[in-house]
Amino acid sequence: MREKLVIIGNGMAPGRVLDELFDNGVDRYDITIFNAEARVNYDRIMLSPVLSGEKRFEDIIIHDDAWYAAHGITLYKGKPVMAIHRASKTVTAIDGSSVPYDKLLIATGSRPIIPPMPGHDLVGVVSYRDLDDVDAMLAAARRGGRAVVIGGGLLGLEAAAGLKERGMQVTVLHLAATLMERQLDSAAGHLLAQALRQRGIEVVTEANTRAVLGDSHVQAVELHDGRRFDADLVVFAIGIRPNTSLAAAADLDVARGIVVGDDLRTSDADIFAVGECVEHRGQCYGLVAPLYEMARVVASELAGNKAAYAGSQVSTKLKVTGIDVYSAGDFADGEGREEIVLRDAARHTYKRLTLADNRIVGVVLFGDTRDGAWFYQQMREARDVSDTRDTLIFGQHYAGGAALDPTAAVAALPDDAEICGCNGVCKGKIVKAIAGQGLKTLNDVRAHTKASSSCGSCTGLVEQLLKSQLGAAYSVDAVPAMCGCTRLGHDQVRRLILAKELKSIPDVMQSLEWTTSCGCAKCRPALNYYLLAAWPGEYQDDAQSRYINERAHANIQKDGTFSVVPRMWGGMTTPAELRAIADVAERFAIPAVKVTGGQRIDLLGVRKQDLPAVWAELNAAGMVSGHAYGKALRTVKTCVGSDWCRFGTQDSTGLGIRLEKYLWGAWTPHKVKLAVSGCPRNCAEATCKDFGVICVDSGYELHFAGAAGMHLKATEILCNVATEDEVVEYCAATLQLYREQGHYLERMYTWAARVGVATVRDTIVTRADLRAALVARFDKAQHYARHDPWAQRAHGRENGEFRLMARVARPRVSA
Amino acid sequence: MNAPHRHWLDVGLVSDIPRRGARRVETPWMAIALFRTMDDRVFALEDRCPHRNGPLSQGIVHGAHVTCPLHNQVIGLESGRVQAPDHGCVTSLPVKVTDGRITLGLPLAIGAE
Repeated sequence: MREKLVIIGNGMAPGRVLDELFDNGVDRYDITIFNAEARVNYDRIMLSPVLSGEKRFEDIIIHDDAWYAAHGITLYKGKPVMAIHRASKTVTAIDGSSVPYDKLLIATGSRPIIPPMPGHDLVGVVSYRDLDDVDAMLAAARRGGRAVVIGGGLLGLEAAAGLKERGMQVTVLHLAATLMERQLDSAAGHLLAQALRQRGIEVVTEANTRAVLGDSHVQAVELHDGRRFDADLVVFAIGIRPNTSLAAAADLDVARGIVVGDDLRTSDADIFAVGECVEHRGQCYGLVAPLYEMARVVASELAGNKAAYAGSQVSTKLKVTGIDVYSAGDFADGEGREEIVLRDAARHTYKRLTLADNRIVGVVLFGDTRDGAWFYQQMREARDVSDTRDTLIFGQHYAGGAALDPTAAVAALPDDAEICGCNGVCKGKIVKAIAGQGLKTLNDVRAHTKASSSCGSCTGLVEQLLKSQLGAAYSVDAVPAMCGCTRLGHDQVRRLILAKELKSIPDVMQSLEWTTSCGCAKCRPALNYYLLAAWPGEYQDDAQSRYINERAHANIQKDGTFSVVPRMWGGMTTPAELRAIADVAERFAIPAVKVTGGQRIDLLGVRKQDLPAVWAELNAAGMVSGHAYGKALRTVKTCVGSDWCRFGTQDSTGLGIRLEKYLWGAWTPHKVKLAVSGCPRNCAEATCKDFGVICVDSGYELHFAGAAGMHLKATEILCNVATEDEVVEYCAATLQLYREQGHYLERMYTWAARVGVATVRDTIVTRADLRAALVARFDKAQHYARHDPWAQRAHGRENGEFRLMARVARPRVSA
Repeated sequence: MNAPHRHWLDVGLVSDIPRRGARRVETPWMAIALFRTMDDRVFALEDRCPHRNGPLSQGIVHGAHVTCPLHNQVIGLESGRVQAPDHGCVTSLPVKVTDGRITLGLPLAIGAE
């Protein structure tokens, strides 16, 4: 007497169970399959090639009608099962017919999640799950127009690429910060977005969809922030949900999926479940490899042999032609884990291994996935990689060779990339001169091309060009690296940001081959400043890469409270301002009010959540941020000058106010302090400031590069000028030169010593053309910088930064 | 902190915390820093660096670590361990995320101590 096996569902998992049964010669069952889809079993993971036109449906059929006939299987197509009756051991189909079973296999798979948002049921909204969806997409593509894909996971991106291939204009809307965030780290996700954009697919991340709009047919998709995207077709690909209703109605254990043990049996020993409808040890799977592993266990159990499924480690590959992405395991950063990162800017590749206890636990590969399987193998075997650790990331066929060449970044630059900003010398000119005129030294290059002959900040790059041309004959002095994430020094990073037109932190890290996935607390603030200085008005400031003082626009104190210093232009104030400060201090119970060394008033001990309200009151009295917390223009100290003083030669107070109103808001490599004294008695102490002005009878004596902090450093003389306008001009030019050349956290006096005081003086004083260009660039940056950050935040910008997330009351515990 | 009983509290949404950032929760016993990594994992530590009580919620978050804003000690978000060359440990609290909401496991014991 043959046993009856009934299978609900005819996807890839039950198909593989049957293959395993027949391969092992198991012939004890009469098999009946109910399939909701009106088709034979086909390879669902090949739908993307069908969509993009690389394959036809016939090519992806796994078992055709003849196969079922040959194996004596009864297959009902387009006939879903409506109920399982465990007591009578029968199932009832939609047409009322009942079939008995001895063993039942539930393989109901999963269905796409379509959130119940307005418009989700309009004509033109599809999911991406089966051949019907593909047919609907192909029909839409034939009409052309715009497709919006909601969800930038594996399926969504394959749908997007397929629709693009079919001639539609495609936008991908993705909720998370980077694409495929479950399978890829943020660096690889960023590269993937770039690759898709290069194919003409619009990618919008952190896009939270609110509604699909249209009357009967879809017309657009709207985000929560109000942005709209026109659409003739909308594809939902935000995830799948196991189909469990049939199992739940039959009172089987169901959580997110149908709960099974290691033997793939449900809570009823005669009922198995397999595939995407299953939850095993708390995991649901949506990839094919685990399904096949489950299928092997089910087939074994059906054959009467014990078998156990232990869960799967999964690997992911994207099936988009020309974009190679591979990932496996758990690559999240964590304690006791280290990462090995290899980026190749020229080949646009990114490889990252995550190790724990000298074993690979995670792999992310972008652009070069050849070694995916090899890494995966070692990961599954938990192989100790201590011995091969140094070359592991180079892959299976690494045959030894030179260590990574730090000149590669320079060698990869195009000929028209500007190497020397001061004298406008591009790479091609330098290379030609080296080759054509047999140049051998840095001084040769300086003499023949002018490159590296002014500020010297491009010296490192010029030396690397020499090395790339002359090879071993030229040895480059090692430049201290910016931090542990890179081999490049500050100067090189700054010049390369300009030469390669890098416009975001992830771009810098990839192009300059950072050896970590997302930087550290040292390089992130530096890169944020460099990008801000390079691309004013264009670069989006990254608040999370700024130190807390600059993120919160106040100085953090040892107890976690903050201090607030309003700006007092040139050290002048009014009774009304003082009254407002006093009122604020009392109203918010601010414990300390202090006069600072920079002629300002400091309110100390303000709670973070009070900051916006404190600022609103100071704003109301006309005061703005004093930037006392920033690597920025801080204060301009003055004396009373010719307004009041018996010895005053010029209006030092007025000039100080004018300077401060012009310069305020500017971000700089480190803090910048100014002073203007009305006579050589120098009551404002201008000779120990970053920039100082001493008024004399004939005009103004300009000083720069002084300090009176950790190091006491008297200023250097810049020059003498006759008018206030010139003071402002020379000051702006000096500040801009420092903004462009200073290393992050390098004070002006250190910078001047590094590039040479004479060089700075030459650039600012004798080169009127350079001076004018510096002022113009400073003005452009100031156009975007001269805004009060306090007012913006008092009006609610970034209000989350200043709010407590929650305040918890003492719970009442019943005795 | 192996308090067997925990008081589970809903403290808000994952989206309330910026990626690579932190937010602070105040309780009668201690202040808590909630961190969100670039890949949307959420961790909770007492908001107090073992070195000089710095508020870790104000630090720069990189990977699964935070750098304390007061003296740049680096703390692992999972265990609260201070990274070499410094040493020490911050109390870490269990966190559950369901449908984008965060619940925090407060040890009831500390209320009674």
